[in-house]
Amino acid sequence: MKYKPKLVAFVGICTALTMVLAYIEVLLPPLFPSIPGIKMGLPNIIILFLLYRRGPVFASVVSIIRIVLISMLFGNMMAFLYSIAGGILSLLIMILLRRLQCFSTVGVSVAGGVAHNIGQILMAMLLLETAEFGYYLIILILTGTISGILIGLCGALLIKRIPESIFKD
Amino acid sequence: MKKASHKTIRNDIILVLSLLLIASIGLFYLFVLRDTGDTVKVTIGGENYGTYSLSKDIAKDIISGKNNEHHNLLIIKNGKVYMKSANCPDGLCVKHKPIFRDGESIVCLPNQVVVTISQNQKDNIVDAVA
Repeated sequence: MKYKPKLVAFVGICTALTMVLAYIEVLLPPLFPSIPGIKMGLPNIIILFLLYRRGPVFASVVSIIRIVLISMLFGNMMAFLYSIAGGILSLLIMILLRRLQCFSTVGVSVAGGVAHNIGQILMAMLLLETAEFGYYLIILILTGTISGILIGLCGALLIKRIPESIFKD
Repeated sequence: MKKASHKTIRNDIILVLSLLLIASIGLFYLFVLRDTGDTVKVTIGGENYGTYSLSKDIAKDIISGKNNEHHNLLIIKNGKVYMKSANCPDGLCVKHKPIFRDGESIVCLPNQVVVTISQNQKDNIVDAVA
């Protein structure tokens, strides 16, 4: 494969963007302080955009680099395992739904957000060997759906407004 | 870029509604078929009064008030908790159905008595990253 500096730079910029969004998300006060782990999923805006404009491989590369880097910077091994489980499941579902072409960006984003939460819960069940997370999963499905709608709308705006010319060599 | 057609929007709505349906079934399950607790905690005016095991049958007269004038007779029997009698004016706590699920409580407002069921072993997971 030919080495493409512009492609590498673009992956870098996108990864940086997702990381900044993840950082902003941490700075925002939690909506429900009593329930940990509820997040908007702002980085998913970028992933969604890339999935539609640059294809599944590009989106997956950025997403996985982001998770690895953020875990190294701010998290620990446990956080990494939770994130990677959620991230990969979310990517798989979004790529699948994108390919099926029967959902708009909102549907893809909602499914991705909920899949992210389910991935994390599955990992938690695996690691802690309990099935005690039922109540948590239900709350996360609710919040994941709502934030997925918002993220999907934002993503649709970006996909519509950012011109194809920024990708030109 | 292909514009979102009516069909894809309809599919989106179906997806969102079915997820909300799943969540509401789950919430129903939580509130109706929730896990049984194992600990009974009594507080008076926000201050800890005592903690009892749900599996051991006891009858406890909870005495409160400045001159010990308030009485609430708490019964733990067959893994359920109820208020047998109380000298509060409204007697709502006595009418409350027996509680046994995690998170349920009986409150006697006039005497400021709160009886709560809890589960001791609870895991807390925090996702710091994604």
